[in-house]
Amino acid sequence: MSGAEGNHIHASRFSDFGALEQSIGFYPEDAVDLSRNPVFNSKSSDQVVTSDPLQFSKFSKSLASPDIAPSTTSAGPQRLTTQKGQQPNLVSLASGHFENWGESKMADTSPRTDTSTDVDTDDRNQRFEGGQLVAASDSSDRSKDKTGDQKSLRRLAQNREAARKSRLRKKAYVQQLESSRLKLTQLEQELQRAHQQGIFISSSGDQAHSMSGNGALAFDMEYARWLEEHNRQVNELRAAVNSHASDNELRVIVDGVMAHYDDIFRIKSVAAKADVFHLLSGMWTTPAERCFLWLGGFRSSELLKLLVSHLEPLTEQQLVGICNLQQSSQQAEDALSQGMEALQQSLAETLASGSLGPSGSSGNMANYMAQMAVAMGKLGTLEGFLRQADNLRQQMLQQMHRILTTRQTARALLAINEYFSRLRALSSLWIARPRD
Amino acid sequence: MERVLRLGSQKAAVIFSTSSCCMCHAIKRLFCELGVNPAIYELDEDSKGREMEKALISLLGRGPSVPAVFIGGKLIGSTDNVMSLHLSGHLIPKLKEAGAIWL
Repeated sequence: MSGAEGNHIHASRFSDFGALEQSIGFYPEDAVDLSRNPVFNSKSSDQVVTSDPLQFSKFSKSLASPDIAPSTTSAGPQRLTTQKGQQPNLVSLASGHFENWGESKMADTSPRTDTSTDVDTDDRNQRFEGGQLVAASDSSDRSKDKTGDQKSLRRLAQNREAARKSRLRKKAYVQQLESSRLKLTQLEQELQRAHQQGIFISSSGDQAHSMSGNGALAFDMEYARWLEEHNRQVNELRAAVNSHASDNELRVIVDGVMAHYDDIFRIKSVAAKADVFHLLSGMWTTPAERCFLWLGGFRSSELLKLLVSHLEPLTEQQLVGICNLQQSSQQAEDALSQGMEALQQSLAETLASGSLGPSGSSGNMANYMAQMAVAMGKLGTLEGFLRQADNLRQQMLQQMHRILTTRQTARALLAINEYFSRLRALSSLWIARPRD
Repeated sequence: MERVLRLGSQKAAVIFSTSSCCMCHAIKRLFCELGVNPAIYELDEDSKGREMEKALISLLGRGPSVPAVFIGGKLIGSTDNVMSLHLSGHLIPKLKEAGAIWL
């Protein structure tokens, strides 16, 4: 019965322990709670161990006791030190916190454990994630299964190898995270610097000049400033919610956040006159956000879909209200999308009208100019579409605020912010990812 | 002006539009999605189109003149009015009330 039966959670790691697990109901997660296990406590009344919070010495003593069911002692795993004729050690790691203690604790109770170091030194010097469980055994069983020895030795070696690889992977990952974090800080600093430079430019230079050439840049600066303030407000809101602030206090902050949202829509409508394509392109957002961009911003219906599950509990009426809001947002968005498609189609037709052949355009300048004039008119309607899309976003937020209570709105605003923060963090990680 | 008002009350839902206006197309699509069958007047295809355009601008208080939507003979407004009404949940009841859609 040296075997793989009774594998519970970490199958391959604990396969050797299977039989033992079954007979005494021991699970790796319980390694910490051994002191509560009656089997161990009852057997250890004659043991006194002072510095052993995990009671492991008791465990090993108990297992060595003949009172334990015979089947346990014939289990395979504990063979690791038997070729030296030593009392095997208990090296048990249910989590990263508990590395090392197996060895040190054993020293308290069994003088022979110091010398059985071949495998255990190895173990001790490593940091297991989801370790290995090896039980102490009755030394009288050693002679019985030599082949069992080999198998478990091999298995143990494999486990160690797997654990080592896992550690290396983890180390690499952590290093990657660290460097990403550094890059992120660098990027933030750059942005800060650019932000400050931007302010300097717009205040010192010719206002008209800096705006017309830099409609995009000016908007990016304003947006960065808006976002900073938005995050500050959200932090304030989060603190208020977590400290169970009163509804009145919450309402003040929530109203502030909503008013601040109105600001960005106003800023965008002004910026759209200067450079609608910049706004539509989404270059003022982060890459991951851009992925989900719809007509220059977020899609209200999608946001509501995400929020619904996080808004519970909702009254029947509220649920209906939110669902209707989501549906009407969707319908409105679809209508605008179709309008945009019609615009694209129309523009393409305008530019393609007349001959596209080699002598086409130069042949009739008047036609060409007329074509361009019509196309220019059509492009001009883009600003209107962007305006309507922002209007939808604004209306959605306001309706949501109307349907929900102050506290629910607060949580919704926090959830929205959390979601977008994650998108932005994802973008930063993506930008900073190591490339070979 | 009175032509606009007259035409605007002849059917439960009326849209004043121009054939090249893509925002008008969007509003038409929305009404279609809601199951409405509105009367549509293309100003660029109407002999009195110019005057109607001026009338609509004065009614709306600002350009653009199209799309302009009437429901139950009453001027609702332009795109943003319609969208806001829809998101607040009042568009469909209004359409039902005017008989533009049935359950």
